[in-house]
Amino acid sequence: MSGFPVDPSFPFLSLILLAPVIGALIIVFIPKEEYKTIKSVAAVATGVSLVLTLITYFGYDKTIGGMQFLENIPWTKDLGVTYALGVDGISLPMALLTSLIGFSAVYASWNVDKRPKDFFVLLLILISGVMGTFLARDLFIFFLFYEVVVIPIYIMVIIWGSSKRVTKEYAGMKLTIYLLIGSAFLLVGVVALYVTAAKYLGYPTMDIETLATKVAFDKPFQIFAFGLMAFGFGTLLSMFPFHAWSPDGYAGAPTAVSMIHAGVLKKIGGYGLIRIGLFMMPLGAKFWAPIIAILAVGNVCYAALICLIQKDLKYVVGYSSVSHMGYVLLAVAALNVVSVNGAVAQMFAHGVMAALFFAMIGNLYEKSHTRHIPDLGGLAHQMPRLAVGFMIAGLASLGLPGTASFVAEFTIFMGTFGVYQVLAIMAITGVILTAVYILRTLANVLYGPRKPEWDHLKDIHGPELVPLYVLATAILVAGIFPSLLMDMINNGVGPLLAKIASTTMIGGGF
Amino acid sequence: MSYGLMATEILTALLALGLLVLGLIAPKEEQKGIGYLAVAGLIGIFLVTLVNFKATGSLYQGMFLVDSFGSFFKLVFLAAGILVSLSATHYVSCISSNRGEFFALLVTATLGMMVMASAGDFVTLYIGLELMTISFYILTSYLSGNAKSSEAGLKYLILGAMSSAVLLYGMSLVYGITGTVIISQIASGIRVEPALILGLVFLLAGFGFKISAVPFQMWAPDIYEGAPTPVTAYLAVGSKAAGFVVLLRVFLSAFPDLASSWVNLVAILAAATIIFGNLVAIPQTNIKRLLAYSSIAQAGYILVGLVAVSELGAKGVMFYSMLYVFANVGAFAVAIAVGAFTGSDEIKDFAGLSQRSPFLASAMVVFLLSMAGIPPLAGFVGKFYLFAAIVEKGFLWLAFVAFVMSMVSVYYYLSVARVMFLDEPEDMTPVPISAGLRTALLVAMIVTILVGVYPAPLSELANVAASALF
Repeated sequence: MSGFPVDPSFPFLSLILLAPVIGALIIVFIPKEEYKTIKSVAAVATGVSLVLTLITYFGYDKTIGGMQFLENIPWTKDLGVTYALGVDGISLPMALLTSLIGFSAVYASWNVDKRPKDFFVLLLILISGVMGTFLARDLFIFFLFYEVVVIPIYIMVIIWGSSKRVTKEYAGMKLTIYLLIGSAFLLVGVVALYVTAAKYLGYPTMDIETLATKVAFDKPFQIFAFGLMAFGFGTLLSMFPFHAWSPDGYAGAPTAVSMIHAGVLKKIGGYGLIRIGLFMMPLGAKFWAPIIAILAVGNVCYAALICLIQKDLKYVVGYSSVSHMGYVLLAVAALNVVSVNGAVAQMFAHGVMAALFFAMIGNLYEKSHTRHIPDLGGLAHQMPRLAVGFMIAGLASLGLPGTASFVAEFTIFMGTFGVYQVLAIMAITGVILTAVYILRTLANVLYGPRKPEWDHLKDIHGPELVPLYVLATAILVAGIFPSLLMDMINNGVGPLLAKIASTTMIGGGF
Repeated sequence: MSYGLMATEILTALLALGLLVLGLIAPKEEQKGIGYLAVAGLIGIFLVTLVNFKATGSLYQGMFLVDSFGSFFKLVFLAAGILVSLSATHYVSCISSNRGEFFALLVTATLGMMVMASAGDFVTLYIGLELMTISFYILTSYLSGNAKSSEAGLKYLILGAMSSAVLLYGMSLVYGITGTVIISQIASGIRVEPALILGLVFLLAGFGFKISAVPFQMWAPDIYEGAPTPVTAYLAVGSKAAGFVVLLRVFLSAFPDLASSWVNLVAILAAATIIFGNLVAIPQTNIKRLLAYSSIAQAGYILVGLVAVSELGAKGVMFYSMLYVFANVGAFAVAIAVGAFTGSDEIKDFAGLSQRSPFLASAMVVFLLSMAGIPPLAGFVGKFYLFAAIVEKGFLWLAFVAFVMSMVSVYYYLSVARVMFLDEPEDMTPVPISAGLRTALLVAMIVTILVGVYPAPLSELANVAASALF
């Protein structure tokens, strides 16, 4: 399939990145009382970004494969940094995910009435930053975008967050420090990679492809650098035991931030592990893979067990996302095409599912002012549409066939079972635990006798429905027509892993 | 002999004298103009320096060197001088007496720094150093009647004199062994003896005092807190950069062959400075003290560049010094604006600044995050240059310390942001900002963002300057 015809020299990717930034700039000049205008501008900006992402997604030529829609502008010559953008079969699903969630997040924040101007400016910067990491072909630019994201999140959590079990100030700072310390390790790794490669090549470069294919890093170096990367990206992906920031952070954050954080930001960790870790340092990856796999099972099982006893809805989804990231890690650690396909698909599937979950929780919390599960119950009577959203998210979460997660998890276990039999079996117990806590939570919140104290709650309506429509569509379309997603991913993962196999042969031999 | 080479210094000296005379003869109510005159003069000198950036030569048998390395740092001093003068105009007009001399002294301090940047031998270096330091003694205690300011001045005088003595002793030891004070000739006369190593350590201690590297940092917080805020800003930026210019010149052109014996010492000092500055900054409640400890940490990062003993490292030092000027003077300028209005330098008085003056609050966030090294601000690129230079030389542990500690620094920088954005203000009156201060803030903010987004021009300039040293 060659996709529908688009002009590949048109700077689609820069426009995808710039649309939210331009939106943010426009909002800066709108008086802060104009709530409606501010929100509309944000919606239009992310909408434009979404449409452009869809055009690139379907315009990507799978028969050629590789990086497409390239843009190159030299940035600093003496560092060898280029503003280089491009997309392939791995980054496109991630970019689409970002656009979908970004667009929904604006609508999920429709009722923000505390300093909306500041809120939407930060939200748009955040969306643009996350998007940039997936579009960058240059290591430096990748990092730049990644770190741009951290500060807006902090400010959004402390201003618009909520204090329940922990205060929002604590949650925000914890999240920020975890991510920044993780990124400090990453940066050391990146600087070491860069310096070593510059010596090897004779000229400095930050181009990911050049670093991965033209430079032969020796084995001890790869082990060292991949270790740093695994720690840095692992923290971002909430790898056990560095996951503690994630549930607290999500619980403290405002809805839109939880959606983006759980939905896409975390996925930068998995994406980085694949694109930078596996691609550049295959020998290091081989060395660390068994350890990552064991930690991954820790993620899956430990976090799922914790979910069983949570009373706060956001903590359930928070720990559940830690548990789901375990599958991604396990699949990445299995180091084969099928499993990594599954990992990318799982990132997409979990992204839309978690975002939908947080959007629904946000709606519910806005109206009922509680997320405490025992206080809720029978809400399907008063809020049937909200219940539909919860059900779709919940069933996707436990991997029901027909949803995107089923395809992803099935692929992951197909790929992993041959490599880590015991660990894969242990991880499958996580699926059962997930079913237990998700169904129990849904039952306790949505079903059961009608509770009269919730009769005053109005069902979601108008703009609040947009996240439900957008995200549920994504879950179902990807679940019913998996080829739309899987062909694309396979197209990106195939060549990347093929390169790994050959370099590994030449480099060390196994 | 061409005096054209000294144009920058001569013009600066004339400006200082002119300002001094004007301060005497101008009527009191018109003295506000002196500040703007100083700014205009400094901008003119800045342009002259920029035009003559590539001029090279030496005067007085090598005592006075003109090269792009020195010129780059002169640009750093001038940029700092311009920003500080701009943000001081309103502040100085509120001082009750002796307004006239403030800017004259600021310019003589700048002149001292420039002489240091061009020093070809130890004697010129020492003269420049003393010219700068003596100007600062007066400036530090400028608020007559304010006990804290007088205390700061006295402390600075005693400790500064002591550090000068240590430095002189180091110089005399080096002279005793090598038989010359000309920096470029020292390398050929080196005989490795205990006395020379001792001399090196004394030199390092003397310069370490100026850049407030651990363990010579104790003076900084008290003096930064007590001095008038614009002086603090200049002290933290200009005096520090001047310390770095001589440190680089002396250690990289006189003692590169002895690098194996001093590099590890400097690396340990840098690591200790980074760790100490950042950790002690965390519990601070006074903005000037917080910025003092943060500037100690910043000195540690810059010192890292010396450890590399390479062109890349020197380039990192220069690049970072320049962007540090804008971020740090900017942060102090915000402190000046808030301090002038609330009459206090406590961080809690920044509460709700984002609502009282969104401009000040967002400017402060930009400056603090640049110092923390968060992209897309200038600090990130600067740190990347510095740390890449040492990783190249195998000092991976130092890069680790530096990266992790700069993430720790985000904690206290963000604490200030939290107070500004989250806490409710006691009253909602907008904070007034004088025109000069507003200009300084705008310039600093634009440069900080621009250099972060497009570092190429400044990096080219630093490249040229760094290659002049080797």
